[in-house]
Amino acid sequence: MRERIRQYSRSAVFGLLSFFLLLPAALADWELNLMPGVTPISRDTYQLHMLIFWVCVAIAVVVFGVMFYSLYMFRRSRGAQPDTTMVHSTKMEIIWTIIPIVILVAMAIPAAESLIKIEDTRAPDITIKVTGYQWKWHYEYLGRPDDPFVQSNFGFFSNIDAVSNAARQVGSGVDVYQIENYLRDVDRRVIVPVNKKVRILLTSNDVLHAWWVPELGGKRDAIPGFVNEMWFQAEETGVYRGQCAELCGRDHGFMPIVVEVQPEDEFAAWVAANGGAAGGGVADVPGGSQAATASAGGAAGGAGSSAAVDMDMSMDELMSRGESAYLTNCSACHQPNGQGLEVGGFPALAGSAIATGPVDGHIGQLLNGVPGTAMASFAYLSDADIAAIITYERNAWGNDTGDIVQPADVKAAR
Amino acid sequence: MSTATDAHHDEHHDAPSGWRRWVFATNHKDIGTMYLVFALTLFFVGGAMAMVIRAELFQPGLQFVDPGFFNQMTTMHALMMIFGAVMPAFVGLANWMVPLMVGAPDMALPRMNNWSFWILPVAFGLLLSTLFVSGGAPAAGWTMYPPLVLQTGDAFPFLIFSVHLMGMSSIMGAINIVVTIMNMRAPGMGLLKMPLFVWTWLITAYLLILAMPVLAGAVTMLLTDEYFGTSFFNAGGGGDPLMFQHVFWFFGHPEVYIMILPAFGIVSQIIPTFARKPLFGYDSMVYATASIAFLSFIVWAHHMFTVGMPLAGQLFFMFATMLIAVPTGVKVFNWMTTMWRGSMTFETPMLFAIGFVFLFTIGGFSGLMLGITPADFQYHDTYFVVAHFHYVLVPGAVFAIMAGVYYWLPKWTGHMYNEKLGKLHFWLSAIFVNVTFFPQHFLGLAGMPRRIPDYATQFADFNMVSSIGAFVFGASQLLFVYIIWSCVRGGEKASQQVWEGAEGLEWTVPSPAPHHTFEVAPEVK
Ligand code: HEM
Ligand SMILES: [Cu+2]
Repeated sequence: MRERIRQYSRSAVFGLLSFFLLLPAALADWELNLMPGVTPISRDTYQLHMLIFWVCVAIAVVVFGVMFYSLYMFRRSRGAQPDTTMVHSTKMEIIWTIIPIVILVAMAIPAAESLIKIEDTRAPDITIKVTGYQWKWHYEYLGRPDDPFVQSNFGFFSNIDAVSNAARQVGSGVDVYQIENYLRDVDRRVIVPVNKKVRILLTSNDVLHAWWVPELGGKRDAIPGFVNEMWFQAEETGVYRGQCAELCGRDHGFMPIVVEVQPEDEFAAWVAANGGAAGGGVADVPGGSQAATASAGGAAGGAGSSAAVDMDMSMDELMSRGESAYLTNCSACHQPNGQGLEVGGFPALAGSAIATGPVDGHIGQLLNGVPGTAMASFAYLSDADIAAIITYERNAWGNDTGDIVQPADVKAAR
Repeated sequence: MSTATDAHHDEHHDAPSGWRRWVFATNHKDIGTMYLVFALTLFFVGGAMAMVIRAELFQPGLQFVDPGFFNQMTTMHALMMIFGAVMPAFVGLANWMVPLMVGAPDMALPRMNNWSFWILPVAFGLLLSTLFVSGGAPAAGWTMYPPLVLQTGDAFPFLIFSVHLMGMSSIMGAINIVVTIMNMRAPGMGLLKMPLFVWTWLITAYLLILAMPVLAGAVTMLLTDEYFGTSFFNAGGGGDPLMFQHVFWFFGHPEVYIMILPAFGIVSQIIPTFARKPLFGYDSMVYATASIAFLSFIVWAHHMFTVGMPLAGQLFFMFATMLIAVPTGVKVFNWMTTMWRGSMTFETPMLFAIGFVFLFTIGGFSGLMLGITPADFQYHDTYFVVAHFHYVLVPGAVFAIMAGVYYWLPKWTGHMYNEKLGKLHFWLSAIFVNVTFFPQHFLGLAGMPRRIPDYATQFADFNMVSSIGAFVFGASQLLFVYIIWSCVRGGEKASQQVWEGAEGLEWTVPSPAPHHTFEVAPEVK
């Protein structure tokens, strides 16, 4: 039945489209309609959507039918005489007030029912706290010692994948059609178990964002200072893609979300590998390597090794880790070549006063950000990442200061 | 448009001529003309920005502009179109036509009228100048949500100031219209005898007076948050970023009706004329307009279903929103019934009016869909929304304005415009507006968010279609300018009545309408 509704609706939409565009059969690949998705909520929503769609189509057929009939029949060129006595009819007007009200009530009832279900976030199996950043997502799995799935908290950042990120630069010259999932892949996916109620807690570190994966149903804003809730329960394993849906600044278009729904045992293994099982305790999994997810997309940078932060790192180590961390975290504004961006008001780092001046000022800038600008605080990065980024910035693009900043320096400055 | 009215210089008393005639204008017709020319200019400025947007979206990958500049373009495009094109065009039509329709010699407050016009070029000059300041133009969307908008560079105070100026201009214009309608109607013209255009503008003017100060308040709070250390919208300081959205949309939702009610008025004048039969259900049209205006103040939060409101709030706003479909439906049914058993001809104004009814109704359908909260969670902030509001704004508000311009142009200039070209303009516009915006419904449903400069390859085909539509639509508007220009310059003489079926005081004065009309108030029986 559901399949049939989908088929009918598709052909109707096709009909409408070809009416407007008279396009050839190649249409078969063009996505036209909402997807039913893989959760009870998304399917509910899909059905509501089709219900209103058909109600609108029916009303349109009647109303436009009458309209085109009169446009044809009552033309002066056909000799139509105006009936100037037809100025008012209380009966008609009451009829066309009542009928719409009845239709609306009929639509409001299922809509309200489904809304009540959507808002019921009680008794989740897994809770993930999602924080929006300009322009990436942070995911934190919240654990409890007696929780069957996640016993201790762990988290990670999820950035757009490196391949898309390079291709999407103005004038990159890359043929984006050659990239599988252009703009829809990330370096680290969100993994969840199938058939379990996943509650998402949403907040933001800077501006408004919105978390939206169409096939899981629904969308909710991430607001600084507030925690919003939503939930989904995916009934099929697979990879589901979405992206940020609230204007959040320059790179708003480049904040993909990828959720991978796995069988329970694979999920458990993934949790364990990331320190979320009992006795775990890696607070934030370093970026890059996606332990236990063979299917992970192109990993951004190879800086994944969780180097012991209290040990001094060599210049080479700092530079290579710094470069990849820079590309992930800083290049959106300051550009991969450190030249900044005139139009956005993003300053160049090559030769800049901060990057070639006193080291303390440079560390302070990263830890505190610059209030009132898009330069946020990056204090949430690990000491090693911050040290590496600073070392890199001070020695790349002709900034040959020779300075080496160690994680311990960052730790001391916090 | 000067040549036409210049012919009547002999009727001036002590009116200045040359540039002083315009700068110091107090005559409602001159001011109306200036508003219309201004609106048309900004329609092209905003349109050029839309072309930049559509050029970038023509194919996936970033080809021309930086993503930050792209956001500046969408933001400026919207501000130009809403506050610079559509609203001033309606005010221009009101300035020209309301005194003629109610039999008044001029607007009630002619000097304030001059002010409310001249504020606008200043406001938009300031706003456009931000394209050249450090950090670029505002890029947080026309909704200006904090905290993002607080990241604007040097443009920020310019943005706030120009919004204040636009608001002042609108409020002054609205007060003028209310006072004119309330005090200067010809003897015998009771409220329920006023032409519908006058009625819809009266209601719109009240909406403006109620809504614009709310916007002024919201942006002032932004200003103090940025420069004076307040925390209205800063959670870190005990404020609430969502409060901005509530305040903004308490203005913003009535605002969208400000952009459509006068359009209802225009088509309610035009359809009876070309159907040669009185408007069906005049009284219910008036009541429907008033109910829509009232409801528009209690549905604002349907723009914010995804912010995480309590369930009860969401239910309330969903039901209230759906209710608006009822009076809107009444209007559409009444227009249909006016056509029924008429004797219709299809001159350009009628074509645009019919195009309005048809395409605005499609925009209404997608609006109804958006009002269903659970479905809105999927549609919100996608191209489905972009399609929806462009259907109500372009073949809605803009088509109605064009219909009005064609309808009254002979009255203003004394010449008939070129009917063949007018029809061509209509058909080009009507076809390509659909090519532009219809595929955007599909894009939104398939998951393409709005306000993004680049997109996944699966959205490529419809975006290309949409961009092609936009380029042709944009180019067709040059034809509109040419038609108006040549009609001002000359052409077949227009009679006093102009249209066979036209009724109302404005058709009892000569064409072109003399610089001063109704110095002796006409009697309405
Ligand atoms: C051919 C004519 C037009 C074209 C091709 C066009 C195109 C566009 C495009 C591509 C966007 C960006 C959508 C997004 O990414 O969110 C946009 C936004 C917008 N347009 Fe238009 N537009 C046209 C006319 C108009 C008119 C006449 C109006 C108003 C009366 C208007 C009002 C808006 C508004 C309010 C926005 C939202 C901006 C924002 O997101 O803050 N547009 N338009
Ligand atoms: Cu975002």
